[in-house]
Amino acid sequence: MSLIIGLGVILVLGILYMIFRIGSLVSLVKDSKEGEHPGNDTHGFLFLVFLVLGLGLFGWYSYTHYDSYVLPIASEHGVQTDDLFWITMWISVVAFVALSIVMFWFAYKYRYNANRRATFFPDSAKLEIVWTVIPAVVLALLIFKGLRVWGEITSPASADAEVIEVIGQQFAWTARYPGVKDKQLGEVNYKLIDAVNEFGLDLTDKNSFDDFKALELHIPKGKEVHLKIRAKDVIHSVFLPHFRVKMDAVPGMYTNFKFVPTKSTQDMRNETGNPDFNYEMACTEVCGAGHFSMRFLVVVDEPEDFEKWKAAQEPWLKQNPDYLAKVPAALKEVAMIKSGIPIESGAGVGATSQTVSISN
Amino acid sequence: MATVDLHTQADVHHHDDHDHDHDHGNFWTNYIFSQDHKIIAKQFLITGMMWAIIGGSLSVIFRLQLGFPDANLTWLKPLLGGWITPSGKIDTEFYLALVTMHGTIMVFFVLTAGLSGTFSNFLIPLQIGARDMASGFMNMLSYWFFFISSVIMFTSLFLSTGPASGGWTIYPPLSALPQAMPGSGLGMTLWLVAMAFFIVSSLLGGINYISTIINMRTKGMSFTRLPLTIWAFFFTAIIGLLSFPVLFAAVLLLIFDRSMGTSFYLSDIYINGEALPNQGGSPVLFQHLFWFLGHPEVYIVILPSLGITSEIISTNSRKPIFGYKAMVGSLLFITVLSFVVWAHHMFVTGMNPFLGSIFTLLTLIIAVPSAVKIFNYVTTLWKGNIIFTTAMLFSIGLVSFFLSGGITGIFVGNSAVDIQLHDTYFVVAHFHLVMGAASFFGMLAGVYHWFPKMFGRMMDERLGKVHFWLSFVGVYLVFFPMHYIGIAGFPRRYYSWTNFETFSSFSDLNTLVSVAAILTFAAQFIFLFNFFYSMFRGKLAPANPWKENTLEWTTPRHPKHGNWPGEIPTVYRWPYDYSKPGAKDDYIPQTVPFSETPESNLPHENELIKLEMEGNDAIVVEKKNH
Repeated sequence: MSLIIGLGVILVLGILYMIFRIGSLVSLVKDSKEGEHPGNDTHGFLFLVFLVLGLGLFGWYSYTHYDSYVLPIASEHGVQTDDLFWITMWISVVAFVALSIVMFWFAYKYRYNANRRATFFPDSAKLEIVWTVIPAVVLALLIFKGLRVWGEITSPASADAEVIEVIGQQFAWTARYPGVKDKQLGEVNYKLIDAVNEFGLDLTDKNSFDDFKALELHIPKGKEVHLKIRAKDVIHSVFLPHFRVKMDAVPGMYTNFKFVPTKSTQDMRNETGNPDFNYEMACTEVCGAGHFSMRFLVVVDEPEDFEKWKAAQEPWLKQNPDYLAKVPAALKEVAMIKSGIPIESGAGVGATSQTVSISN
Repeated sequence: MATVDLHTQADVHHHDDHDHDHDHGNFWTNYIFSQDHKIIAKQFLITGMMWAIIGGSLSVIFRLQLGFPDANLTWLKPLLGGWITPSGKIDTEFYLALVTMHGTIMVFFVLTAGLSGTFSNFLIPLQIGARDMASGFMNMLSYWFFFISSVIMFTSLFLSTGPASGGWTIYPPLSALPQAMPGSGLGMTLWLVAMAFFIVSSLLGGINYISTIINMRTKGMSFTRLPLTIWAFFFTAIIGLLSFPVLFAAVLLLIFDRSMGTSFYLSDIYINGEALPNQGGSPVLFQHLFWFLGHPEVYIVILPSLGITSEIISTNSRKPIFGYKAMVGSLLFITVLSFVVWAHHMFVTGMNPFLGSIFTLLTLIIAVPSAVKIFNYVTTLWKGNIIFTTAMLFSIGLVSFFLSGGITGIFVGNSAVDIQLHDTYFVVAHFHLVMGAASFFGMLAGVYHWFPKMFGRMMDERLGKVHFWLSFVGVYLVFFPMHYIGIAGFPRRYYSWTNFETFSSFSDLNTLVSVAAILTFAAQFIFLFNFFYSMFRGKLAPANPWKENTLEWTTPRHPKHGNWPGEIPTVYRWPYDYSKPGAKDDYIPQTVPFSETPESNLPHENELIKLEMEGNDAIVVEKKNH
């Protein structure tokens, strides 16, 4: 089979070569007839054809497929960045279309003609100034608006924002919530990470007792959300396409992004007419073989639903009571209250602390 | 024309001595370890072409995965072996290796070494009127360091753990930790070693280009009479000289982190069930160092092409390039600004947002000189008498790509807009058009244009034009649709998007892109055939096939080492006297004195005639000293 294909390829190449040779010989005869630059007009004309077809396709696709390439916006700042995007787009499209038309038109119009001579036009200070100043002014306006929006987006989150820690690792996301009792994220230390304590929770910090882990990112609609982002192994990047949010997750430091979701998952299902719609989080910094699979489900709840959801979550410590042993003795009772471990199971605590120390 | 003849005749007596050392030497010193800039240029060109085929085929393989995710690729097994999984899919690790090596090869080995190495070497001495580079030996070393680098990089493709796979930007910790991906083992070591050699090669070349241009210009070749090609190569070499050492530092520190337990880029890492001892380093530091080269690098890639295009568009429009001074000024401005925009690659990396503001400002400023260049190209076409040689077609193609790719830079350069677009296909479309396709077209234009000087024969123009139209339409079909995919948020370096509902559309566009990529790649073989066929069987080249003004066309059809058989010609005018009113021909070579063209001289040029006379006296004095 492959032999036949191979022979076929060789045959086709051979035929192409013959055509080329015959063409060369014919052109030797033709050149003398057609003048200095045979086929010159053709290419001028082809540029025009390319221009018309190209711009036509560009306009047609951009118009008819608008809904497939523009994601609906679900955050407050997303409206502003998209505004800026579309302002830039219109300016660019006008400049791009105008310059393309002018360039390909010139290429066509001023194609070689033996009876004509080019105009000696080496410079013009006036023109140069005009087209230095115009882009400079337009860009200055874009910069001005851009920096204002950027400044707002990157300003520190307000104190009452909903703080959520997002952690990237090969190849999954996890989220840690500060817990409903103290509303403070507990300290973490990467050296405390093990198979169970995947956050590296420092259980000597009392703020960590009611922290809970979530395998979906729940966020409240209409309230400022402050993502504190970190990575355990290599760089990842939080990308929430509908919220116009993107920020790298970097090992060794926290990065931050604050935003206000404006549409709940249900709102978006209604808007898109897709009953199965879900917000998603993706990784946008190459992080290894599973880079493309780091999907994290995002749910935007109405504020009251969000509070209910939070209250229903079990603190991490309650799910892993073995780790009570790592809590300093003085804080043990606080830890049990905050994490919701029933006090009467205190006897069990001693037992587990033994098993932990054995396993250590 | 008379002057040229006069010179060659008059000088035979005086410069016989120069011919002596040219034809001597054996095969090794003439063709392998040659110190002749023209041979070295051809070595760079051929090596660059081989790399382009490799880099291009890698992209075809990953486009197969992206365009036809359900296809069974078992038929690639003879070539790729274990990288094709038993179910006939490309291995996910290997996919990243393909992406990484495609980027590395194209940016460094094709569009830096292959482009600058070829045309800076070939054109600088020929166009400024020098016998060779300032140091032929260093120039030779430059190629052979590049060769060593190429061998090492090529070897890494065959490792069982795969070549470097963390993206061409090799961000640590991914690139620093073999636990993170197998490609970060020996593959990354070889990548780093190869790049160290590459940097040495690039510096040796750059120093040579700069000193040759400053010191070895022929009589009369003032800086204001330099062709724009030379200006572009000059600024390119300066950028390389100032920025490559920083990459070297970045690479060195990464080597330390990998092998000696330092923590420049590593901190607080828990991987494969183990907490690493490294603390206090910063992955963001690497990104600063990398992009301090990485951004100027994109100008290293595009400036030579812009220079080549300026020359070709002017010649084939039979018009002076519009705004010569503005063209030089914008090159200079771009050169300076290229050093202060690097962090626009890092708006969302956790860098201080205030820095983001500064870099937005500086980045959008750099759009102004770029825009000026486009306007000047278009104005050069206006009222020209345009001859569509293949080189001219590719040059117009370049301007079109530079426009469509450059304009999207205004989006991604604006930090607030970049939040959404960063690391999506929008960026892929942007840089492939503006620096990939554009500078690749510049390189092809250069080959078509200077092939007659390189090999004494013409390339086949009809094949060239077929090559152009397939490539031009092909490149747009590959990269234009990516803008839509990018606006929809599709992240780059994804093996597949099917895990996400948000990215579940556009399989049609992705298939289109892949088909176009394969056809565009296939079209390049027309060029390869044309190139090697014409080298031996092409029509013999006339002395000045494009009726161009620059000095290289005053050399013999096959210039020997030393370029001019007699004395080096003197230059009397700038290189863009095309279609000058009153002149007999529509071009006046740089070697024609104003005293011979009274009919076309501008008022201020008539005054220069007196200086020309004095200049001749100077030559006489010099000759007496012999």
